[in-house]
Amino acid sequence: MTQPALSIALRAQRPGFDLDVDFTAPAGLTVLFGASGSGKTSIVDAVAGLTRDVSGRIAVGDQVLLDSTQGICLPAHERRIGYVFQDARLFPHLTVRRNLDYARRVTRQPVDVSRFDKVVEMLGIAHLLDRRTPRLSGGEKQRLAIGRALLSRPQLILADEPLAALDAPRKDEILPYFERLRDEGEVPILYVTHSTSEVARLATTVVALDRGRVVRQGDAIEVLGDPSFSPGDVRSVGAVIKARVAAHHDDGLTELDAGGIPLFLPRIARDPGAQVRVRIAAQDVILSRGRPEAISALNCLPGVVQEVQEGAGPGAILSLDTAAGRVLARITKRSLAAMDLSVGTELYAIVKTVAVAPSDVGGPKG
Amino acid sequence: MTWLGPAEWQAVALSLKVAGWATVLSLPIAIWIAHLLAREEFPGKQVVNGLVHLPLILPPVVTGYLLLLTFGGTAPIGAFLTKLGLPLAFRWTGAALAAAIMGFPLMVRAIRLSIEAVDPKLEAAAATLGASRWSVFATVTLPLALPGIIAGAILGFAKAMGEFGATITFVSNIPGETRTVPSAIYSFLQVPGGENAALRLVVVSIIIAMGALVASEVLARRVAKRMEDA
Repeated sequence: MTQPALSIALRAQRPGFDLDVDFTAPAGLTVLFGASGSGKTSIVDAVAGLTRDVSGRIAVGDQVLLDSTQGICLPAHERRIGYVFQDARLFPHLTVRRNLDYARRVTRQPVDVSRFDKVVEMLGIAHLLDRRTPRLSGGEKQRLAIGRALLSRPQLILADEPLAALDAPRKDEILPYFERLRDEGEVPILYVTHSTSEVARLATTVVALDRGRVVRQGDAIEVLGDPSFSPGDVRSVGAVIKARVAAHHDDGLTELDAGGIPLFLPRIARDPGAQVRVRIAAQDVILSRGRPEAISALNCLPGVVQEVQEGAGPGAILSLDTAAGRVLARITKRSLAAMDLSVGTELYAIVKTVAVAPSDVGGPKG
Repeated sequence: MTWLGPAEWQAVALSLKVAGWATVLSLPIAIWIAHLLAREEFPGKQVVNGLVHLPLILPPVVTGYLLLLTFGGTAPIGAFLTKLGLPLAFRWTGAALAAAIMGFPLMVRAIRLSIEAVDPKLEAAAATLGASRWSVFATVTLPLALPGIIAGAILGFAKAMGEFGATITFVSNIPGETRTVPSAIYSFLQVPGGENAALRLVVVSIIIAMGALVASEVLARRVAKRMEDA
């Protein structure tokens, strides 16, 4: 049994709820997922050492940051946590270069030009180095915040809704950096969000919170493919499948290979051979008993019903095992009855190509 | 300075020396107290706050008399300091102490406001990057509060230049030792034919006060501009 990269057990009183969580996470990117007021920020602030009114135990690898029973509580500046804040929190009186270099200066580490240059190049901020921060754009600020956190040589990166303040194009600009950090695997990442598409793209592990409690935790693809996992809003239910880019076609489509099944999507900017994760929203899936013909949808995945979850309303969520992986479909109870669907039924899941948004297609791994 | 007589020039030079020392020595303490009041919670905070503001509310003569009672040649602390070679009563050093104490509340108020205006979230971010409390203060809080600190220092200096009541009560009005500009103006007005000398010192006072004000504006703007500009 390998040691978890991160283990957190916390109790605290918060207005409106009591925080009481206990979870561990392997290396990679762990998403703390939940609505606002579920305790996500309380947890990351406790990990960073910014709130002290918590009790419990926090360890990163074998280093204990907090252990109330032993009276251990490292101050924030000794925790080596790279915190990427939602509001960036750049130093307005320093240039971009001095912001990036800040952690090295205050901890009196020697200059490491190659590491500095590597981070600057990865984030594409070389042309900004001599600028001051207040006039940077939102995306530039967040890239700089990531760089500043990375250059503090953290043993853990915390990201508290780092994309929440950005518009959609800027989100797409920043997301790949987190995918890259996750895939380089040097540092575990604890990432807070309430967006299912960010979970789908980024998460290795999901810890779902509700009013201060962990309601679900586990491998991201497993959790998202579980019809009983409800991320708050049924419209954001959707499984993630792994696929490989097979080819780009002249008509603007990209063909993926998902376990031998071809999937067609609007063109994505990945080279053939690249591994991608695709989120398929449950509400965009149509089910058919027989193989559909003369239909405009291009994607058809044969599968077997694995589980049926009937909701309180008129809807039901089905999980299907397909060669491409687990797929969720949301249909009405009326259709469920009319088609006589139950566990073990063989059918076809149909997904419109245009229903898959490019932001739902993420990088490799997971 | 041909238009100032030697006695007047002596008063101006003494005032600059007294106010300069008062400002330089009290500024670090004012920054420390202001930071304490702005950022820390501790028992007795209101008492400290009250003590700092006391010279602002008390009649200056009362402050001067209290200083005399504490630091006079026969008082224990005063006698001890005299033994150490730092006599205060009826010396320019005492004038500097009186000026510092009278200017202190103004300094602390200005600096406290500017420290409170620094976003604590930036200080938290600095801590996560490895900065100790002292480091956070020196690299984030202090530079961001600099315009207010400059304003506080100038305000304290101006108050020190103009301090009269506490000074004359504590250290009297000895030419060349404790006769600062305000004491000199007062003295000139007591003798027949002294109005012209008094008027010249009034002009000097106005020039120094305006100069300090302009200097603080320019400095504060330069600092603010440096922080906002790309």
